[in-house]
Amino acid sequence: MNKIRSHRPLSPHATIYRWPLNAIMSIMHRITGVGLLAGGFLIVWWFFAGAISESYYDFVSCIVTSIYGDLVMLACLIGFWFHFCNGIRHLFWDVGLTFNERNVMISAILGLLGTAFLTALSLLSIYFWYG
Amino acid sequence: MGFQTNFSKVEGLGSSKEGTHHWWMQRLSAVALVPLSLLFVYTFMQTLGTGYQGFVDTYSNLGNAIVAILFLIVAFFHLRLGLQVVIEDYVHSKTWKVLFLIANTLFCWGLMGVGVISIARIAFGFVG
Repeated sequence: MNKIRSHRPLSPHATIYRWPLNAIMSIMHRITGVGLLAGGFLIVWWFFAGAISESYYDFVSCIVTSIYGDLVMLACLIGFWFHFCNGIRHLFWDVGLTFNERNVMISAILGLLGTAFLTALSLLSIYFWYG
Repeated sequence: MGFQTNFSKVEGLGSSKEGTHHWWMQRLSAVALVPLSLLFVYTFMQTLGTGYQGFVDTYSNLGNAIVAILFLIVAFFHLRLGLQVVIEDYVHSKTWKVLFLIANTLFCWGLMGVGVISIARIAFGFVG
């Protein structure tokens, strides 16, 4: 069956069209969602370490606050805020609001600005709390 | 059999009867995660650089422990539902799909359990 299907011509799609902003937001929502798996794992590891002992906690802290750990945590932070902002857009759509081309474009830009703002706010907070 | 169209194979079977529940649970957990994740991330960032004692003090606080436990439960529930959709969309081999779906469920529930019990242990004062 699949062989027969594969001989039929297909309309050009994802690989040929210029991606609208909202399509990029959509695939980024998936990518950040899957990526946050790593963040979830790190947070649970961190709690687990804290429940075991001080020395094990210090060991895990060392890994998480190393340069590689920092990079992963930074990626998780950006991914988290993106998924958060874009998720709110989805919730609006789910109740039937902001569902036209213009509003989708506006909310996409607002989502990106929100991601940038919340990431910057988080990094500044961490900077002011710990130097 | 080979001449049967894909459509006739599925015609008349009806829906799977559970898609709406999955969709609704994903949205419900998303709504819960809006306040929970904000509270959790705020507490988490404040605790990051305070060392072991600061960490234990933070999660010995009942409110912080409740937020963290609820966050982990809802977040991993939401993560399992989301990863399930991604697996169903991109893994086409039936065997691998089932294996991935099983791994996804075990992984998410497993991490949730480890996280919740760890926080409970700290909150109940068994460490520090």
